[in-house]
Amino acid sequence: MAENLSPGLDRDQLLELYRALCLTRAAEERLELLQKQGHMTGGLYRSLGQEAGAVGAAFALRRRTDGTGDFLAPTVRAVGALFLFGGDLVDFFRQYMARATGPTKGREANVHWVDYQKGFVGPVSPLGTMLEVMAGITLSFNLRGEDRVGMVFYGDGASSTGAWHEGLNFAAVQRCPLILMVEANQWAFSSPTVKNTRLESFTEKAPGYGIAAESVDGTDVLAVYEAVARAAARARSGEGAQMVELRYFRRLGHAQHDSQDYVDPALIAEWAARDPLELFHTRMLDRGWAPEGELLAIRQEVEQECEVAAEQAIAEPMPFGPDAVDDVYTDVSMPHPWTRAEISDSRSA
Amino acid sequence: MSQVVPEHLQKTARGEEVTLLEAISEGLYEEMVSDDRVFLMGEDIGVYGGAFKVTRGFLEAFGDRRVIDTPIAEGGFTGAAAGAAHMGLRPVVEMQFMDFISPAYDVLTNYIATSLYRGAGPMPMVIRGPVGGGNRGGPFHSQNIEMAFFHTPGLKIVYPSTAYDAKGLIKAAIRDDNPVIFEEHKGLYRAPALREVLPAEDYIVPLGEARTVLEGEDLTIVTYGAMVHKSVEAARTLEGDGVGVEVIDLRTLLPLDEDAIVESVKRTGRLLVVHEDTRTGGIAGEIAIRVSERAFEWLDAPMLRVTAIDAPVPYSGSLEDYFLPQVDDVVKAVRYLAAY
Ligand SMILES: Cc1ncc(C[n+]2csc(CCOP(=O)(O)OP(=O)(O)O)c2C)c(N)n1
Ligand SMILES: [Mg+2]
Repeated sequence: MAENLSPGLDRDQLLELYRALCLTRAAEERLELLQKQGHMTGGLYRSLGQEAGAVGAAFALRRRTDGTGDFLAPTVRAVGALFLFGGDLVDFFRQYMARATGPTKGREANVHWVDYQKGFVGPVSPLGTMLEVMAGITLSFNLRGEDRVGMVFYGDGASSTGAWHEGLNFAAVQRCPLILMVEANQWAFSSPTVKNTRLESFTEKAPGYGIAAESVDGTDVLAVYEAVARAAARARSGEGAQMVELRYFRRLGHAQHDSQDYVDPALIAEWAARDPLELFHTRMLDRGWAPEGELLAIRQEVEQECEVAAEQAIAEPMPFGPDAVDDVYTDVSMPHPWTRAEISDSRSA
Repeated sequence: MSQVVPEHLQKTARGEEVTLLEAISEGLYEEMVSDDRVFLMGEDIGVYGGAFKVTRGFLEAFGDRRVIDTPIAEGGFTGAAAGAAHMGLRPVVEMQFMDFISPAYDVLTNYIATSLYRGAGPMPMVIRGPVGGGNRGGPFHSQNIEMAFFHTPGLKIVYPSTAYDAKGLIKAAIRDDNPVIFEEHKGLYRAPALREVLPAEDYIVPLGEARTVLEGEDLTIVTYGAMVHKSVEAARTLEGDGVGVEVIDLRTLLPLDEDAIVESVKRTGRLLVVHEDTRTGGIAGEIAIRVSERAFEWLDAPMLRVTAIDAPVPYSGSLEDYFLPQVDDVVKAVRYLAAY
């Protein structure tokens, strides 16, 4: 029998959390390397300092691979949650490098992919949409009487969109078992949160929707886990939509191309001292949950995994251009351009 | 206003070349100086100067009452622009990417475009932002949005292809009393080949007037935006073939300069429409029917088009290159028509 150490978690689970934090960090650092090497197709987004929010939250849900578990809609900064839900590391690199072998066959970027068996649906770029979509996914759990909950991540900035409001209100009114994770990283691109809301905390919005909310230190993976476990229990018991606010800081620019010279370096330094991975590492050691050697071995292991996965993805092919005409509809292909005679010699324009 | 003009916005004054992006910045800047009813709204346009830096230095020059960083609420701030326009202001709204104009579709089509007709008065406002593919931006950072609005009477749609036109058109759009959607192709923003020295004096390019880029006797290409340059490149390739290609840059898509198109086709007898936007419901269809209405007797060949494929814009370079119309497609189409 495994001994309960911290919020009802045994040693193996704590190590799994630790591993997920390390994996998130290592996978994103590998992306930076891939970008320097010229392998990347589009933009690169980091979740540095936010890893614990994604990892702790996803860990509190039922993750299965047979289409009966809980359901996740991550953001690009919740990649740790995607990994915990079974998002494949090689697929992750394939997506960023637009490989034909990736889950979207090179048609879409980064975490924008789905797996209904594992229970996740990647976002689209327009902010807010996934709250509406997840309202519908969790509505279906209600309609079918399934014991499942959904979790949708969105940044603090996304809360300004109409879709955010409409989706959340719908989920609240319909008592959908949906947990909204507000990634309060204090920035939306170059805009500080004060340009997106006058409130101190997003939890103050919750009463306006008649839903429960908690605010939690997003750098503390166990605190996040506990808060989301409570929210999930409430959602499951029929209370419907929930909000959990993750308080932390976006320590790097909006994307790789943004040097964020608009952010006070002192603030960045302050938050760097609260690195979620280092905090948890120290906690594991201080509480005697794991010896340092074991933790360092995990770090090395995930770095190795990332290297192997990235190398595999690099070696795989880019899509075949003419495949661009497929999958627009289930039943008909789009015509090739009539000027590409090598593809089609009938004039279809 | 007596502010000091930011260094980077004085290039034309110094007689230096500007990019298409800089031309837009200068146009916006000059209109804000000359008309204090003009103000800007959009995401990250202040401190950051906009995702593409079109409004860099504007916050310092005009202050945060005229350069407003908005919440991420395209529907909300476009609606607010309508209200400000009712009160006699002339808002210029930036979409960070035009792909995100969709939340504003309701207020643009139902409210703004109908305002004058409903007796609620004119709607002087500009909605501007980056469009277009070729940047590996994927489905949500690459779209051309003109045809989502082309069907809406009351809106104007502008899409420049040169620095000169971009500056003249943005100034004309701001002075126009109608709502204008202003599309800026990302691939043209900083294209070195498009750098040019602009006139030092104030000028506009009137809305609704196409421009003949190349004169030719054998075939007319009607195009706009980034495809102007691909069409010109194709025409140059074809000089060796002895095919005289006329290239017309629409510049304004709505209202369409029908006379310019018809006049040219009557001379050449052949029409090819080239657009980066997708095929079905693209502007080629509208142009062809207008030519059919007014110049059918003059045609020596079927009217044809070179366009993107009917699909979302794919992310990977190999797919996107196949998706987009290329110079080679234009060359082949012209050869086919010339031989018809
Ligand atoms: C509807 C819409 N408008 C604008 C954008 C462009 N955009 C992409 S991310 C972003 C900032 C998002 O901030 P936030 O929601 O706080 O997420 P964070 O990047 O901080 O994780 C903006 C404005 C978009 N994706 N969708
Ligand atoms: Mg944010």
